[in-house]
Amino acid sequence: MGPGWRRALPGLITVAVVVAVAVLAYNLNPDDTTPVANRVFRDAPVLVLAALCGLVGERTGIVNIGIEGQLLMSAFTGFYVAAATGNIWVGVLAGVASGAVLGLFLALCAVTWQIDQIIAGTVINIFVIGITSFLYTQGKRSPGGLDPIELPWLSDLPFAGPALFRSTPIAYLSIILVFVLHIALFHTRWGLRSRSVGEHPSAADTVGISVAGYRYLNTALAGGLAGLGGAFLSLESVGTFERNMTANRGFTALAIMIFGRWRPLLAWAGALFFALTSALASQLQFNQVIDVPPQFINILPFVLVLAVLAVFAGSVRPPAAAGQPYVKE
Amino acid sequence: MSEPIRDDPDVHAAIHAPMALEARHLTKRFPSVVANDDVSIELHQGEILGLLGENGAGKSTLVKMLFGLYEPDEGEVLLRGEPVRMDGPGDAIRRGIGMVHQHFQLVPVFTAAENIMLGAEATTGPFLDPAAAGRRIGEMSARFGLRVDPDALVEDLPVGTQQRVEILKALYREAEILILDEPTAVLTPAETDELLGVMKDLAASGTSIIFITHKLREAIAVCDTIAVLRGGKVVGTTAPAATDRAGLASMMVGRDVSLQVTKGAGEPGDVVLAVQQLEVTDDRGHAAVNGLDLEVRAGEIVGIAGVEGNGQRELVEALCGMRKIRHGHIVLAGEDTTRATTREINRLGVSHIPEDREKHGFVASYSVATNLVLARFDEPPYARGWMRNFDAIERHASDLVERFDVRPRGIHNRMGSMSGGNKQKCIVARELTQGARLVIASQPTRGVDVGSIEFIHRQLVDQRDAGVAVLVVSAELDEVLALADRVAVIYEGRIQSVMPVAEASREKVGLLMAGDVAAAETAPAVEADDDVPSALL
Amino acid sequence: MRLSARVESVILPIAAVLIALAIGAVLIALDGASPWTAYTALLDGSVGGPDSIARTLERATPLIFTGLAVIVGMKAGLFNIGAQGQLLTGAVFAAWVGYRFSLPAIVHVPLAIVVGGLCGLLPAALAGVLKAYRGAHEVITTIMLNAILVSLTEWIVGARGPFHDPDAGAISRTPLVRETADIPRIDVYPLGFFLGVLVAFAIWFLFGRTTTGFKLTTVGQNKFAAEYGGISAARITVLAMALSGFLAGVGGSIETLGVFGRFESGRNVGLGFDGITVALLARIHPLLAIPSALLLGVLRAGQTQMAFESKVAPEIIDVILAIILLLVCAPIVVRWILRLRKGTTGAESLQLTSGWGAS
Repeated sequence: MGPGWRRALPGLITVAVVVAVAVLAYNLNPDDTTPVANRVFRDAPVLVLAALCGLVGERTGIVNIGIEGQLLMSAFTGFYVAAATGNIWVGVLAGVASGAVLGLFLALCAVTWQIDQIIAGTVINIFVIGITSFLYTQGKRSPGGLDPIELPWLSDLPFAGPALFRSTPIAYLSIILVFVLHIALFHTRWGLRSRSVGEHPSAADTVGISVAGYRYLNTALAGGLAGLGGAFLSLESVGTFERNMTANRGFTALAIMIFGRWRPLLAWAGALFFALTSALASQLQFNQVIDVPPQFINILPFVLVLAVLAVFAGSVRPPAAAGQPYVKE
Repeated sequence: MSEPIRDDPDVHAAIHAPMALEARHLTKRFPSVVANDDVSIELHQGEILGLLGENGAGKSTLVKMLFGLYEPDEGEVLLRGEPVRMDGPGDAIRRGIGMVHQHFQLVPVFTAAENIMLGAEATTGPFLDPAAAGRRIGEMSARFGLRVDPDALVEDLPVGTQQRVEILKALYREAEILILDEPTAVLTPAETDELLGVMKDLAASGTSIIFITHKLREAIAVCDTIAVLRGGKVVGTTAPAATDRAGLASMMVGRDVSLQVTKGAGEPGDVVLAVQQLEVTDDRGHAAVNGLDLEVRAGEIVGIAGVEGNGQRELVEALCGMRKIRHGHIVLAGEDTTRATTREINRLGVSHIPEDREKHGFVASYSVATNLVLARFDEPPYARGWMRNFDAIERHASDLVERFDVRPRGIHNRMGSMSGGNKQKCIVARELTQGARLVIASQPTRGVDVGSIEFIHRQLVDQRDAGVAVLVVSAELDEVLALADRVAVIYEGRIQSVMPVAEASREKVGLLMAGDVAAAETAPAVEADDDVPSALL
Repeated sequence: MRLSARVESVILPIAAVLIALAIGAVLIALDGASPWTAYTALLDGSVGGPDSIARTLERATPLIFTGLAVIVGMKAGLFNIGAQGQLLTGAVFAAWVGYRFSLPAIVHVPLAIVVGGLCGLLPAALAGVLKAYRGAHEVITTIMLNAILVSLTEWIVGARGPFHDPDAGAISRTPLVRETADIPRIDVYPLGFFLGVLVAFAIWFLFGRTTTGFKLTTVGQNKFAAEYGGISAARITVLAMALSGFLAGVGGSIETLGVFGRFESGRNVGLGFDGITVALLARIHPLLAIPSALLLGVLRAGQTQMAFESKVAPEIIDVILAIILLLVCAPIVVRWILRLRKGTTGAESLQLTSGWGAS
């Protein structure tokens, strides 16, 4: 099995603990936990996919601040293409493609033009906000939301059933991708080479691995992941496109990535954790257990990010070459 | 000057073996310099060819062309008699050329096995097979005498073992031609001898080796042929039997070079620096300095010898206030500076020539003039209150640049564009003119050309003669032996032993560097005749 | 063709703007409108008369401040992307000082401005502390704080909030500030703009001549060498962020006291990202922030008229700005378009990214 499993253990344990607590809570009060669980599994996929996007890119050495822009762009493209063609899957593909294109653009800026990666990501964000707002007000609105496809599972488990198993395809896909990426990153040739490019690019270069090639490839792939997340947001989760609908999820995803130590399983746990916190807060607000102005509930995930970063950021090791342009000697 | 001796029948038989690798009239130009100018060398099968030259002579550039990292502007490379155009290192590796780099190309967070198989991974289906790689590595370890634990994380390995991983990397790919770029820079004398032995074994079994070094002693010990580069050109090719260190040194530098630092006896005064039971942790939380005691007196040079990674860097950082101290005390001229800041320590009269000059020594984008006042920028006369005084800064810079022969002279030049030697001279100029009582020089001549080396050594001895306490930390044993009045050997965060330089033979110190205190006690304290320490190494 | 670095540093930004406008014209045309109408309306709305010019100056003023805020951060190697939130915080508290207290004008105005500045300083300094002592990257923290502050300022002037204007009903805003807190105009031109120009000069002086400015720049260039030279990188990081936030807060105060007369939620939007554009267009030079802010001021001031007359969505300006930003950051693209070869090593492209960890 190797050391990889040992390192993945904390993530798996966290997920198991969360599940256990949830089941317990359910048994105590199903009326509350069910909507919370529903919400968690509805909100988590975007965060998961965005965090995976961030970590795949960063493991290869490219810091991606533009995830927010990628999410928004693909939410937009996915929705409008689906509306125009009447086919939701074409919309999803369009969303994935737009994310990948932005990823390629980021790689172009970072690898070929050697622009500072934070600036490049910011440019992407600014551009996407501008163009989606610009095109949005052109009146290309779809008459109504598109119905998400549901895959009801026959096993109607009492608690996890409705939330987890009557979920939407992309949501399932996001969980599958967590495991696929974990295995790919730590147990395949692609994974070893990608990580070497992000940790010590000249070591990779001097054994004949193309640093630029891997960075382009992986940033595009990562962009596709974010694209999937954005498409999920507008097509499955919310059901329509609104301007700036991503609401800083792209940045939250970065915190999740850091919290998850750039590991897919831990990042998934982090995404669930974040989704859980805001779902809980909303539910408590709804039950009028706490009575605070809605803005205070809204800011909770952001405060949580600050707290997480304050605790974790200093003690984790990002990929050593992340953010630095590779210049051949 | 030595003549090429190819037709001398006394030379090693390897010369008559088939040609493994040949460079013909290779030229490589960079924007500011011609790194290689019409260079031709021949490597026969089973031969060890030494490439000698001082820093900046063009050795690295040459082998990078042979390895496919650079494209030559002119000339050609012939592999086994056929001209080839190398398409990057991957191509070179496939053709059987392996390179062991001067600065290790190892991923610190990967295991030894992962590093070795990177790019040539052992797989079952789409998945990696570290077990298979581990088996093959174990086999090779045994065959070549390069012991390595495949599952160890490289960053946990001592430097000598990391070296072995680098070498195994090349051998794993079945390199028939091996290029070793300054491989002994980080080894103890004993490890160096071991490595030279491994090289001889490899050559005997058919591997052809190019061995880059600036250490004359090693070149003479192991090479069949030695080619000397200077200023990008090959100035001579010879065999060890036909020359000696002095001869090689003059070929390297182009003039006769004094291999020794001339210095008088020195008159040590009061204790300036006293370190007591110091404990300091490294970046990863391990104890780097582990109960260290040391004393340096005014008017003496204490040299700390040791392989890199034994706590020298953390010790120096702690002494300068750049790293927190866990336990113990540092006393500077009577004042306890254990908790002092860099600023305070500097004001108490400590100057520091940093080991990593690019990182700690200067700001590349600033001018020479600005860098020369980096430590005192907010003090009179360079500043009055909050306002900086540019006239004073410029005057100071012009003065120093003359006195220390910094080239080019332009004080407004961007520091980053200067050569290693001149950068170091600037730093030395800045640090040695602050009226310090204690100068800490960390790897003071690393990456520096010979002329500057001589200059810097001279400056340090002058400081000592003027009554300053000087602490030299160097991984180059010869430098320590040449400069120091007393030699201290550091191993695993402690000083193993301190002795007057007259009692410090290379053998004895080498054993102490490797931690072998017992053997060191019985080692001879006197150098064998031809083994004199040199400034030129 | 090769140009000297000096000439290039003037030509490239201008070329960037022109190219972006050209691309914008294409987009406008594709949208069925006339670029000529659009751009003439833009100019009319921004510099077509004293009122237009006044509007341009109004729009430019907060941009000078947020631009300077970003510049100060970047000089020290930091990316204060949350200047907008800091500006809003400054704006709301300046409004509070403005309406809540009764003081002679000579005290009231500076007090309100300073309080606003301090309120912008606090969240930025928090981000600075988190970066310096906990290794939390300021891009994420300032964006989060941005979101938090936007929400909180919304609440604070909202119907249930403490600064709410009782006569406003459901509209989220403060009462009007008292006359003594107003920043006057010279004819129609806002005095705040000239304050902005003064502050730009002050910041230029700070970096050019003072030891503090030197410390900030050195930490930004090489924080290890800075440490070695006795400068505490941690303290300077916090100082840089604090100063940055202060500037943004002051910008917000001046908006409130000089332009709107109150704080209303939803009014000052998008000024944070524009600040980044101003800073990068100005090549991180404090004095160049002035023409840079004016350029954006022109674009923003003329936006409405352009939209009105040519029926183009005003967000086209956002797209144009994003293209300008890209071209300014990637001079290589502009060079390629203009068929210039890289001249003498000119201004290096800016490198800020230092990774996420505490290193």
